[in-house]
Parts: sequence; structure tokens; C-alpha cells
Amino acid sequence: MTTPEVRTETAGGAERELAPPRPVTPRRARRLSREVVETRVLGVLKWVMIAFFVAVTLFPFYYMVLLSLRTVENLALEPGLLWVSLKEVTFDTYRNVLRSTDDGGQGFLLFLRNSGLVALSSVVVTLLVSILGAYAISRLEFFGRRQVHALFLAVYLFPAILLAIPLFVFFTRIGLRGSLLGLVLVYASQTVPVTIHMLRNYFETVPKSLEEAAAVDGYSRLQIIRRISLPLAKPAIMATSLFVFMIAWNEFLFALLFLVDRRERWTVSLGLSQLAGSIEIPTTVLMAGAVILTLPIVVLFFLTERLLVEGLTSGAEKG
Amino acid sequence: MATVDVQPSGRRRRPTLRQQENRAGLALLSPTLVVVLVLVVLPILWTTVLAFQRIRLSTIRRVGLFDAEYTLRNFQTVLTSRGFLDALKTTLIYSVVGTTLAIGLGLVAALVVRSPFRGRTLVRASMLLPYVAPIVAVAFVWQIMLNPELGVVNAIGTDLLGWDEAVPFLTERTGTLSLFGFGLGVPTALLTVILFQAWRYFPFAFLFILARLQALPAELDEAARVDGATPLQRFWHITLPQLKGVIALLAVLRFIWTFNEFDDIFLLTGGGAGTEVLSVRVFRYLTGRNDVGASAATSLVMAAILAVVLLFYFRYFARREEAP
Repeated sequence: MTTPEVRTETAGGAERELAPPRPVTPRRARRLSREVVETRVLGVLKWVMIAFFVAVTLFPFYYMVLLSLRTVENLALEPGLLWVSLKEVTFDTYRNVLRSTDDGGQGFLLFLRNSGLVALSSVVVTLLVSILGAYAISRLEFFGRRQVHALFLAVYLFPAILLAIPLFVFFTRIGLRGSLLGLVLVYASQTVPVTIHMLRNYFETVPKSLEEAAAVDGYSRLQIIRRISLPLAKPAIMATSLFVFMIAWNEFLFALLFLVDRRERWTVSLGLSQLAGSIEIPTTVLMAGAVILTLPIVVLFFLTERLLVEGLTSGAEKG
Repeated sequence: MATVDVQPSGRRRRPTLRQQENRAGLALLSPTLVVVLVLVVLPILWTTVLAFQRIRLSTIRRVGLFDAEYTLRNFQTVLTSRGFLDALKTTLIYSVVGTTLAIGLGLVAALVVRSPFRGRTLVRASMLLPYVAPIVAVAFVWQIMLNPELGVVNAIGTDLLGWDEAVPFLTERTGTLSLFGFGLGVPTALLTVILFQAWRYFPFAFLFILARLQALPAELDEAARVDGATPLQRFWHITLPQLKGVIALLAVLRFIWTFNEFDDIFLLTGGGAGTEVLSVRVFRYLTGRNDVGASAATSLVMAAILAVVLLFYFRYFARREEAP
């Protein structure tokens, strides 16, 4: 069956051969054309899908910025408009949303301060705790090392709302409810299992011999961590900090439960969710609030995307 | 452990290196353990106790662990209350369909950005945005986008696509979708929150599937190509089997998280229009009626259902996968 002619014919490639005299094996020809058809269709489909995904993921953010620059009267007149003319652009929405309530605004500047404070403190507390923990798990052989990991994973099986009830009661009793400190502690406890995982993976890549050399030189355990392991693990620590910052900045449920009746302590997330229901505040002003809430996260994310993605998915390649 | 205790005055014997390491390990880990125990483990245990007590938010300060009245009434109240079964059904539909959609989209997204092209980094980063952006902000944007009066979707739908009237996506329990002349009942609001969930969480699946895809050895795919397997055949027989592990893991994680999800639905619909899931009920018992017992009982029921589903999954699906 396989004559040299056939081989040159099929190797010839894509064009459909209709001339009858050549003895082409039917199956071989069909498979070849299927290969070509699939490759072409998939090649087109790929770009269609990429365009679809980009459009679908970016549109709500575009729409957010767009609405924040329009006046609510114009929005009501033309809700379907997908751009804003330069004449119409207004920044009053931002002025309104940022101004304190005493000046007739919504007080988002204060919320920004609260959110920043909570997020940064959460980063510091979580890092302090998880650097020590991750180092111990990656370097030291101790009783219960394996079980600790299972414990941390089990934590994630329970809904956050299940923790909410006792924490609500507990914090009310010891007077931490309504304080930003309580929130920081909760965020630290929620993120520590993941941050330990992220840092541990990195600590394990630091050569042990470096630490042993330092130990021979008379460094104590804590000195070794501070002088040797930490400087080497800088990228991982950056990634971990960003992760914690984002979680703390975005968090909603615990902020709602702990802080809802104290407006001066609201975070940006809580502030926006609470004001979103009110009829008096124009939608476009709230949209400016949404932009203010989202912008820091998006900027941070684009600056550090690669670092963060590698930190989170390290270990996932193994499947 | 007791032999390791070092007494300040007379040192009896130096702890061995192993004991030293043991102690150092536990000491370094202790802050972590304290945080997790006090703020996660103890609360979980306390919730379990609360579920069996007759207790309200107003009496919780007075009732202790031992003088409380223990009862199964909370469970009876919760399980027989109006809407419980509906909420359970909604939660399961939301979790299963949402998880499937999110992973499906994530898989497609990972496949299309697998090979390098100009601007790939930017495309990849923008596909992660829904997941990293604050939930409150994106839920608010969706609310406005889908709003019958101000929203762009309804404006375009009625002006350009010829919809008869604006669709109240987030407040309508059942709408009719006319398809080829047939009216089809559709749970509008539930469908919308499921779509939101797919939109927001597909990046998570995308991220992990992409990481796995890029670590796959190229030789297998190359060999199949040489043997004449078409792109679809190569995907189905070569690539997909190698992704099974990560997809199974994602399915479990996403199912757990979606089942427990509270923020998304609470922010989008407040649990109205047929979207009330169990976690929203937990919240309502706690804040609306100050019924801590019923709230705790509901969350325990949730954990139990989740455990049953996972057990079932690991028993019947995970094992089959491990077989070669």
C-alpha cells in the first residue's frame, strides 16, 4: 500500500486532492485534513476566546470608572452609553465621596485610613507569626510537625461564618469588638495557614549548609533566621505580604459583624456596602467609592503580579 | 517532655540535639498555634457547644459552659423551619453549577493563553482581576450594571436587542425565557448569582491549571503529534488526563468554598428572590433574630452536609482516579 507516491502526496500538505488517478489511502487523507481543519478552527477560536475573556473580565472595571466620571442625571438619561464625552466628565463624585460627613461628603478618606491601618497591621502581625512557624516546619524535626499541616488544612473546611458567631461573642466580652485590633487578629488567624505554606516552600529552597555554617560561627537560631534565611527569602516575603494585604483590604464579613455600628471605624469595603443601599447618595458617587476601593489593589496587583502568582502556585506544578 | 525541662540551678544533663530541635520547633511554632487555636479552633468547638444550648444573644453573657440547658431543640427548629430545604437545594445547585462553570472557564482560559504571544502577560494579569478585586466593589458594579433603570445591560437589551422590557436580574425569582416560541421558566436571580460566581472565581482555576499546563513535559504531546493525533485528540487523550489531578483538587476546594460562600450572595441579592443559601440563613439567625443557638445549629448542619458530600466524593471518585 505505501508507495513512495503516496508519501509525497500526503506530505504535500493541506490542499484537498480531488484528482482520481492517484492511489491515496482514504483514511490517511481524511486524518490529515482533520488535522488541518482542527488546527485552523482552533487557531481562530483561540483568539475569539482570548478576546471574550479579556472583554468579560475588564468590562465591569471599565464600567466602574466610566460611571464614576459621569453625573447621575446624565446616567439616568442615557444608561446605555459606553463612553463619556470630555465635556461631561466630572470629578465632583470623587470630591463628594472623599469629603468628611461634616462637610457633606461620605467620609471615604477616613475609611481609607482605617483600611490601610488594618491591612498594614495584618501584614506585620501575620508575617511575624508565620515566618517563625514556616521556618520551624521547613527546618526543624519536631513532634507533631506533620499533624500541624493537616490542622491548618482542616481550618479551611469550616465556613468563616461559623467562626463569626463565637468570635462575635468573645470579642464583645473582652471589649475588642468595634476595635480595629480585633479585626487584625482575625485576619491574621485566617491567613496564617496559607502564608506558612507560601513561606515554607521558599525556606526549603535555601541551602541548609549556609545555616549550618552560621551555626558553627555561633549564631543563635533567631539570629540565623534574621541574618541568613530572611534576606534570602525576600521575594517570598514580599509575595506573602501582598497576599495578606489584599485579603485584609478586601475583607467584608468580619468588618460587617464587628464594626457596623461604629461609622468612624468603617473600612472602605464596609463603607461602600453600607452606603450602597441608601437612596440619597447618587450611584455615580458610590461608583467613585468603588474605584477608590479597587484602585490600590489593582495597582499593587499589576506591579507584583508575577511575584504573587509564583508564590501562590508554587508546588502546584507537581499536580 | 518532662525530662527535657531545664532547671536554672542544677543542670542534670544537656538535652540531646534532637530534643533541642524538638523544643526549638515547638517554640517557634507556638505563636502560630496560639493564634490558630484561640481564633479558629476554639471558636469552632464553642459553636458546637452553642448549637446544643438554649441561648440568645441577650443571655449569652450569663450562660456558662456548665449551667446551660442542653437540648436538641435548635436542630429541630432549624431543620423544620420554613425555607430550610429550599435553602439547602439552592446551596447545592449554586455550589455544583458554580464550581463546574468556574473550573470549565478556567480550563478554557488556561488553554488559550498556554502558548506565548504578544501581550500574553497583560492578558493573563487582566484575567486574574475579578478574583483579586474587592468583592464589595465588584458586586456593586454588577448590581448597577444589571439594574433595570440605570444598568447598561438592560439599556442595551431593550434598545438594541429588542427585549420587551427590562429584566430585573437580581430581584426576579422566576422569569420566562421565550425560546423558539416556548416559554421557559428560569430562576433568574439564582442564575445571575451563579454567573457572577463563575466570573469571579474562574481566575483561581485558571491560575492553577495554567501552572500545571506549563509544567507538562512536551515530549508526550510531540510524540502524539508525530503519530498523527489531531489537536483535539491530543487534548483529550494526552493533556486532559495529566490535568485530572489538579482539576480534581480544584473541584474539591471550590466546592467547599462555594458551599460556605456568604459575601457574594449577601451583597448581590441579600439572599432574596430565591437565592437564599444556608450561610445567609446563619447570618440572619444571628443578626436578625439574635438566635445564636439556631445560627450555630445551622452552621453545624452545613459542616455535616459538607463532610458527607466530601466523604462520598473521596470514596467513589478519588479512588477511581488513583487506579492507573
